[in-house]
Amino acid sequence: MKNIKFMYSKIMLLTGLLFVITMSCERDISDQVEFAHLSKTGEIFTDSPIGLGSDFYFPYTGSKATAWSVDDNEGYESAASMRFDVPNANDPTGNYAGAIFRVDGSGRDLTEFDALTFWAKATQGVAIGEIGFGQDFGLNKYQVSENNISLSTNWQKYVIPIPDASKLFDERGMFWYSAGTQNTGGNGYTFWIDELKFEKLGTIGEPRPAILNGEDVVQDVFAGISLDLTGLTQTFNLGSGLNKTLNVAPSYFDFSSSEPSIAFVNEFGNVGVSSGSAVITASLAGVEADGSLTINAVGQFELAPAPTIDPSDVISVFSDTYDNVPVDYFNGYWEPYQTTLGGEIIINGQNVIKYTDFNFVGTKLTTPLDISEMTHFSIDILMPVVLPTDIDMLIVLKNENDAETTLQQQRIGGQTYQWSDLTGDINDTESNATFETGGVWKTIQIPIRPTSETGLDKTGVNLIIIERIKSSNVTDLHIDNMYFFKE
Amino acid sequence: MNKINKYKLRIQTLVLMSFLFASFFTISSCDTDETQTVATFTNLEMADEFDVEGAPNSEIWNFDIGTGPNSDGWGNNELQYYTSRSENVTVQNGLLVISAIEEDYNGSSFTSAKILTKGKFSQAYGRFEARIKVPGGSGLWPAFWLLGENVDVDGWPQCGEIDIMEYRRQEPTKVSGSIHGPGYSGLTDPQGQVTKSYDLGNDRYDAGFHVFGIEWSPDYINYYIDDVLYNQITPSDIVVTPADAVYSLNDGVEAVEATAYSPAVEAVEPTDVTGDWVFNKPFYIIINLAVGGNFPGNPDSGEAFPQNMLVDYVRVYKQ
Repeated sequence: MKNIKFMYSKIMLLTGLLFVITMSCERDISDQVEFAHLSKTGEIFTDSPIGLGSDFYFPYTGSKATAWSVDDNEGYESAASMRFDVPNANDPTGNYAGAIFRVDGSGRDLTEFDALTFWAKATQGVAIGEIGFGQDFGLNKYQVSENNISLSTNWQKYVIPIPDASKLFDERGMFWYSAGTQNTGGNGYTFWIDELKFEKLGTIGEPRPAILNGEDVVQDVFAGISLDLTGLTQTFNLGSGLNKTLNVAPSYFDFSSSEPSIAFVNEFGNVGVSSGSAVITASLAGVEADGSLTINAVGQFELAPAPTIDPSDVISVFSDTYDNVPVDYFNGYWEPYQTTLGGEIIINGQNVIKYTDFNFVGTKLTTPLDISEMTHFSIDILMPVVLPTDIDMLIVLKNENDAETTLQQQRIGGQTYQWSDLTGDINDTESNATFETGGVWKTIQIPIRPTSETGLDKTGVNLIIIERIKSSNVTDLHIDNMYFFKE
Repeated sequence: MNKINKYKLRIQTLVLMSFLFASFFTISSCDTDETQTVATFTNLEMADEFDVEGAPNSEIWNFDIGTGPNSDGWGNNELQYYTSRSENVTVQNGLLVISAIEEDYNGSSFTSAKILTKGKFSQAYGRFEARIKVPGGSGLWPAFWLLGENVDVDGWPQCGEIDIMEYRRQEPTKVSGSIHGPGYSGLTDPQGQVTKSYDLGNDRYDAGFHVFGIEWSPDYINYYIDDVLYNQITPSDIVVTPADAVYSLNDGVEAVEATAYSPAVEAVEPTDVTGDWVFNKPFYIIINLAVGGNFPGNPDSGEAFPQNMLVDYVRVYKQ
């Protein structure tokens, strides 16, 4: 027995030596190699970024790209932390701070954790707009965020629970944040985050998922349309005894339909509807979600009437009737304040723009338009069958270039049909066209006013913005036939 | 102000208790047979394994019904009306299920259940244990506790109370074990009960079953959660709270001189039990799930109901 043991240890030693020598001669493993087992590392930042690779910080468009740094003079029980300098609202290089931290390389296996945790403090008491994980600038399939995280001037620990860790077996979106100055009067500030990591706390319980913010919603829609489920949240009770509610991506949920042939929900929470009635419910990690959507699909979607103005008198932005000028996008998804989702869709073979979660949205023209000859801007708007109780919107025609921004804005939907003067004040001088009925297309023709009244430089209009104002509760609308014309 | 005072005292108590606990372990690690008694009670005296479906075994359990003798939520402003209906208390799948339900019932907005062995089983000393999963949700107060069987004669707190497990969702990783008695009732400010909580650390009580137990001898009560001994209370831990009332077991008798028609009556002093260790007589078992009340506060609006307290077994051993 003794001999055998001795032999084995000798063999082991030899093999070990051989292995070491062989490895040291081997070239680095190719980037092409796919590992069967992904990293189970939870740490993202301790005293320095952990295992993120070299290219992991991706700021949002319009944010201050240099907002993030490693601070070697501050730290939670350590010498270093992540520092975020949120710029002043008037900072020309970006008026907010926001970015994703994405692993440069293979994703991580986070299935054994139950929360993202970190310590944080700020130069003043302030609420950070959004903090979360799961955003990768890809499908953002397992995105999670907490809104308005309140930081104080002392280090405190924060916990963002994972809605269902079994989904995070290959996740690159480690962390993301978006911080503005809307609560600080436009004044910048600094906050620090340290010991950022995924952890298994074991103290998170009582999951209470919800769709449609837990409401049982009944919605009459047109057959043939599709719509997105909103208000998707997961609420947990933390070890502190306090509840925490997170915004979670649709792919965490399992959706079900009482009549899949009538209303079918995909993994992104998009409901495709044919004719009839169905009830949509959901569960998350086996827990039934509060809230439901009862869909009554009644009749076919009515397309906007085709415009009849002579094409020679028209510069068209979006219409199946006319040739359209090139457009960069019908929804810029402007961070961080825009909530509007949607854009171009095709219904019964016709191009239509559909917006949901609407607050404001912009159409960007590829080439600035000279509309000096034009007398009106025409737009067709379809409000939902159940008309919002407070319709109040601005339509803004903008000439935005490096030198200056000029605009004409027009208030619609209220009792008066208004336009703004040079100082941006709204004058009510025009009579209005109101939305009397939901589910019916309304053509709104906005007179283009003299530059002397509005300041708009008509030689280079490149942005059309639609904005919900005041207490308006417009959330969903369809748009068609956007064009300038001359009488 | 009151709250701050209470909090401070609790902290002090806890610090004191943890100190005792620490010294206990230090000593026991060198010497287990002299300084401390680590009890091992193995002779099963009574057990309900909750194996028979339906109502709880009537040979062991009674019910308390209603909102308390003074209709004040059992002295704690609790919100529930206790019933013996199967909706509120039943044995299913080998478990006792006590359900707190949100419903209008006899003027209360919640119903639940409280079962007790009063008049059917009581015992002095031994190991009392139950395997329990507490409910999730705010504003609930599940408890497994004992009361001195002389409560109807001598009243509370003279009878003594041993709380083996009390839980509230404000602290989902903690339960507390306490004793209440004359001079340390817990109703005064500062509070006087002897108490300690045990923190699971990386787990929460509403996530699974745990065994809550005491091992009780004439001169100590050991508190266990699962296999962890987390506290030992002895008569020397009792501190009479100055604000607490003076408690006696009787009113005493005044001396009366003899007359032509009646003999003299000798004076009898009231038996002062303030600060006494009153855990030297049989106690009976209570298991209940309260809703709201002074300890957990009221449920959050929109809280999910019903919520269930599950009991796998109750076992009582003698030495």
